[in-house]
Order: sequence, then C-alpha cells, then structure tokens
Amino acid sequence: MKELRLMKGNEALAEAAIRSGCDAYFGYPITPQSEVLEYLSKFANMRTGMVVLQAESEVASINMVYGAAGTGKRVMTSSSSPGISLMQEGISYIACAELPCLIVNVNRGGPGLGTIQPAQGDYFQAVKGGGHGDYRLIVLAPASVQEMSDFVPLAFDLAFKWRNPVMILSDGALGQMMEKVDLFEEQPRRTAVEPWATVGKPKDRERNIITSLFIEPQKMEEVNLKLQAKYREIEKTEVRYETVDCEDAEYLLTAYGLVARICHKAAQIGREQGIKIGVFRPKTLYPFPSAALNELSRRVKWILDVEMNAGQMVEDVRLAVEGNARVEFHGRMGGIVPTPEEILGKLKEKLSGGLS
Amino acid sequence: MNERTMLSEERHFENMIQAESICTAENLVYERPGTLLDVTMHYCPGCGHGVAHRLLMEVVDELGIQSQTIGIAPVGCSVFAYNYMNIDMQEAAHGRATAAATGIKRVLPEKYVFTYQGDGDLAAIGTGETIHTCNRGENILIVFINNGVYGMTGGQMAPTTLPGMKTTTSPYGRDVKVQGYPLKIADIVATLPGSFYVTRQAVHTPAYVRKAKKAMLKSFQYQKLGKGTCFIEIVSNCPSNWKMTPVESNRWVKEHMLPYYPLGDLKVPSEKETAQ
Ligand SMILES: Cc1ncc(C[n+]2csc(CCOP(=O)(O)OP(=O)(O)O)c2C)c(N)n1
Ligand code: SF4
Repeated sequence: MKELRLMKGNEALAEAAIRSGCDAYFGYPITPQSEVLEYLSKFANMRTGMVVLQAESEVASINMVYGAAGTGKRVMTSSSSPGISLMQEGISYIACAELPCLIVNVNRGGPGLGTIQPAQGDYFQAVKGGGHGDYRLIVLAPASVQEMSDFVPLAFDLAFKWRNPVMILSDGALGQMMEKVDLFEEQPRRTAVEPWATVGKPKDRERNIITSLFIEPQKMEEVNLKLQAKYREIEKTEVRYETVDCEDAEYLLTAYGLVARICHKAAQIGREQGIKIGVFRPKTLYPFPSAALNELSRRVKWILDVEMNAGQMVEDVRLAVEGNARVEFHGRMGGIVPTPEEILGKLKEKLSGGLS
Repeated sequence: MNERTMLSEERHFENMIQAESICTAENLVYERPGTLLDVTMHYCPGCGHGVAHRLLMEVVDELGIQSQTIGIAPVGCSVFAYNYMNIDMQEAAHGRATAAATGIKRVLPEKYVFTYQGDGDLAAIGTGETIHTCNRGENILIVFINNGVYGMTGGQMAPTTLPGMKTTTSPYGRDVKVQGYPLKIADIVATLPGSFYVTRQAVHTPAYVRKAKKAMLKSFQYQKLGKGTCFIEIVSNCPSNWKMTPVESNRWVKEHMLPYYPLGDLKVPSEKETAQ
C-alpha cells in the first residue's frame, strides 16, 4: 500500500528494499548506515521472507552478495566508506561476472577511519572503479529521503536490465536525517528464474558458470570489450539529472546529493539579491550527464562546483564543459557541510575577484 | 626429443593398443561418472585434485542430484573445477568460497551447495569466512584439499606447511619460531557448535579413496537434514611443487603429512541427530 511517513533516510532505503521485493541483504554494522541492517533485521523476513544476514565483515558481505546474486535473486548490501573499501575486490568480481546487485554507500568522512559525519570523498571510488580492472558501476546519487526510497527499485531495475552492479551513493546526513517520504506500493518478490543463474543444472540446458576468470588474453580482452560496449550503451540511455532555474541563469552551481539541495537554497538567496543562479544536479554520477552539462555551459558565464570533498566530481564537470565556461570549485572536507550563505559568499567572492 | 623419450613413446603407444583391446563392454568395471566432463584436466600427473573431483561427481551421480547441486570453485589450482564438473558452478574470490556458498544456500535452501578449496584459500586468506560459515552452521559441504603448499602460485608456504618443510618462501624449511605452526583448521572447525560432521580423509591409496567417497556421500545426505556444516579435509599431495614423482609424493603423504594430520572423523553426529 502507498503510504506517507516520516522516516530517516537509512530507514526509508531499507523499507524500499522490502517493498521492491528484495530477496536478500548481507551487511555489517558501521555508522552512519547501521539503521539499514537494523531495520531490515526487524521487519524484512517476517514481512516478505527476505533473507537478512549480518556477516562477519564487509568482505564476507560482498561475497555473500556475489553468491546470492549469481542465483539471479534481487540482492543487496550496504555500508559506509571504510566498509565499501573492503568490498572493492568483490565488487570488481561482480562487475566482471556481470551480476546484478545493489550496493549502498552512506558516505562518511575520510580518509582512514575518518569521521562518522557526512562527506562525498568516495566519489572517485564509486564512479571511476574503486576496485581493480576496467569496470563501471551505475551510480545513483539521492538528494532527499524520498530519493533514498525511490532509487532502490530503480537500482534493482537497472541492475537487472544491464546485469551490472548499481551503487546508491548517499552520505551520512541523508542517511540520518528525517523527512517525509511517499512510500511506493509493495511489489511481490519475483519468482522468475534468470537463464544465466546458477540454480542447479536441469537436463535440458548447459551448465551455468559464474566466473570472472578468463585466463587467455584474447578472451579477457573480448570480455573487456563486451563490458565497454555495455558501458557505452548505459552512457547513452541511462543519464539522469535535474536542473533548477537554469533557463536564464548567468552562473551555474553544480553539485550532487545533499550539497545540491544546499545549492538550491544558495541560488534562491542569490536570486533575491539579483544574481541569476541555476543549479545542475546529476542524479546518475555514472553515467555522468556530460552532454546536458556541456549544452548548459555554453549559456552561463561561469560555473561553481560544490562538493563535500577536495574536488572530485569537478573533474567530470570540467571534462563535460570542455572549456566552454570557467569552472571554479568550493569544497568542505572531514564531515563539514557547507551552508547556503557560505556557497553564495564563495560565488560573490569570485565575482568581486574579477570573475564576472 | 631424445632417444629415451622416443623409446618411452613407443612403449606408451604399445600400451595404448593393449589397453584398447582390454576396453570392451564386458570388461568394464569402472566408468567416468556422467557429471564429470570428458575433458583433459589441467592438473599435474598424480595430483590429488583430479581424484577428489571425480569422487564428488560420482556421489552427485549416485544421489541423482545434478540438477539440484551448485558448486563453488576457489582461487587455487582448482580454480577451473567448473571446467570438469557438469553442474552449475560459481568461481569465488580467493578465500571467499564459503561466503559465496552462504549467499547461495540462504536464497536457495533446498539446493545442495558445496565449496572446494585449497589450504591457502580456506585456511589463510579465508580463515575468517571458514570459521564463521561453520559457526553459523551453514548447511553446505566444504571440501578442503590440504596439500601443504600454495600450488597455483608456484609452491609457496601454506598455513598447513609442515615444520621443516621446504617451500619457495621457506627455502630453509618452515621455522615455526619465525613462520608459526601448521594450522589444523579441521580440528578448530570440529569444536564449533555449527559444524555437524567433520572428518579428515586422504586419496593416496585406493582404500582411502573409497573412504573419502563415503565421507562425501554421507555429507550430501546430511545436507538434506539441515543441521549444520559438513567439512571434509582431504590430505593431498602436490608432486610438482614438492618436486617429487607422484609415487614419491604419495609416500610422503603417508610418512610426513599423516603423522601431523591424522586421518579419521573429528566430529560425527549421533544416530539421533541423523534420524530424519
Ligand atoms: C586476493 C588474492 N591474493 C592472492 C592471490 C594469488 N593466489 C592465487 S592461488 C593462491 C594460493 C592457492 O593455494 P591453495 O589454496 O593452497 O590451493 P592449491 O593451488 O594448492 O590447490 C594465491 C595466493 C589471488 N588470486 N587473490
Ligand atoms: S601444482 Fe600441485 S596442486 Fe596444482 S595441479 Fe600441480 S600437483 Fe596439483
């Protein structure tokens, strides 16, 4: 049943997993995402029979995901930055073996053990690979508790459509904050058996093998080419982004996730003061909305990219903009969330510094 | 090709002709199990992996569970196990076979699931997964091939390498003061309440091969009961990295490996526990 509720981002995501017919969750506690495991442990099995298992580590979780995903089930894990680092080998295997699954990273401040406060320092890791070899995850970046819920069924659909791991890259603030969320109607768990899944070989089909080992270089290159061709298709068809007040904008703020929302506020205050600011927010970090941003960049004077890191997405912004407009950067690190006034201040600073 | 090899080639050819005349239907006492694929294995001559593969597939055939069985290959010499077994299989990351097996078994509890792992895979990099999988009592079979070395990577020291045993990374013999002691992981697994049946077997003589097969048969039958993990260690050989002939390596198993890793059951369920 559809329902309106006040929920934490992590809980909304967990609730969405149950509602989207997820078959299994494997995870390990880490702040600021433990509510996902806790919520699922409390409600999931009893409601839909979904498997929920606390693993002994993130290494075990992701390899449980590998095994279960290999049976064609809807499978997921979630963690936060250090845990996601531990999963990287497994994620690379999953990408190479072309297994659908959902991995959620509720990003906290790093490097190292870092801080449990929100950050966006894992952009490179999520978007550029993270593990070894040439592979890509489809990366969705929610900006609200609503999207923490809505992106879950979307992630599963994309994962199965492309037989590719999908990551929801959130952050500690989105995970912890409470907002009202419109919960979608619960879907029953699927019973269909994927033709490639290892579920036991019946007499009338060849055996199915899930592997990422292709020892002959020619074969390994073929596999790589096939993956790359898939990624090119994904880049063509799965780009998602949002623009706010961009039609007449002279200055553009680019940001993803939580920061994009803070940018909306900054832009609003700026407009009240007569500065025409627009906000461009990628919803898919991979595939990155390069074409749309390129188009937009021809119409603005310059761009300020804002992130909770030392400048990661800004590299993709610059690649997309291709020099059409100057791209400035403002970042906070270590768990500090920038304020709207701070962002607007940065923009004005650049203006008074001669950038008009 | 030198003269000696030419001579042995000729002899080999003669043997083959002889063998062909013996291989008639009425003389047949031994056949390839249907689920073992008719392909040449990549294992070195005399290696225990091939025997263990065969036994597993014999048991799958005898129980008629090909369509219900999912196997997991490790990273190690047996990484290609899926090339020989005609069942659905997954190849797991190094040490993570039991985690992958857990994932499979949890979503397909009716199916038979087994892992097949070497000592580096199961008792070094995968120790955590091994212990926790058995401690959760996952209803799977773990087949553990203990050959005292890392075969695939060229004979480095394994957690199971015997004291004094020479490997490429213990070239003067394993010094337990520096490199620690050989790990008897089956003994540890046997202490865990989640394990149901734990046994140590070998495949260096026909009599032991038959015993090992019985252990596998029992383990698959136990899996249906859903009462915990079955764990079969097979003390095996690695003629190539031990730098021995197959015959010498089997003798070495008997004289050196078995005194340290004595064969037999480490944990057996009671009759009450195995009653359906
Ligand atoms: C993460 C990781 N570390 C190291 C390796 C290299 N590696 C491949 S096989 C292997 C050891 C295998 O030895 P064992 O498990 O004893 O099996 P055997 O080859 O003797 O049958 C190692 C270290 C790897 N593939 N992955
Ligand atoms: S290297 Fe050793 S374990 Fe590997 S196939 Fe050869 S004999 Fe067997």
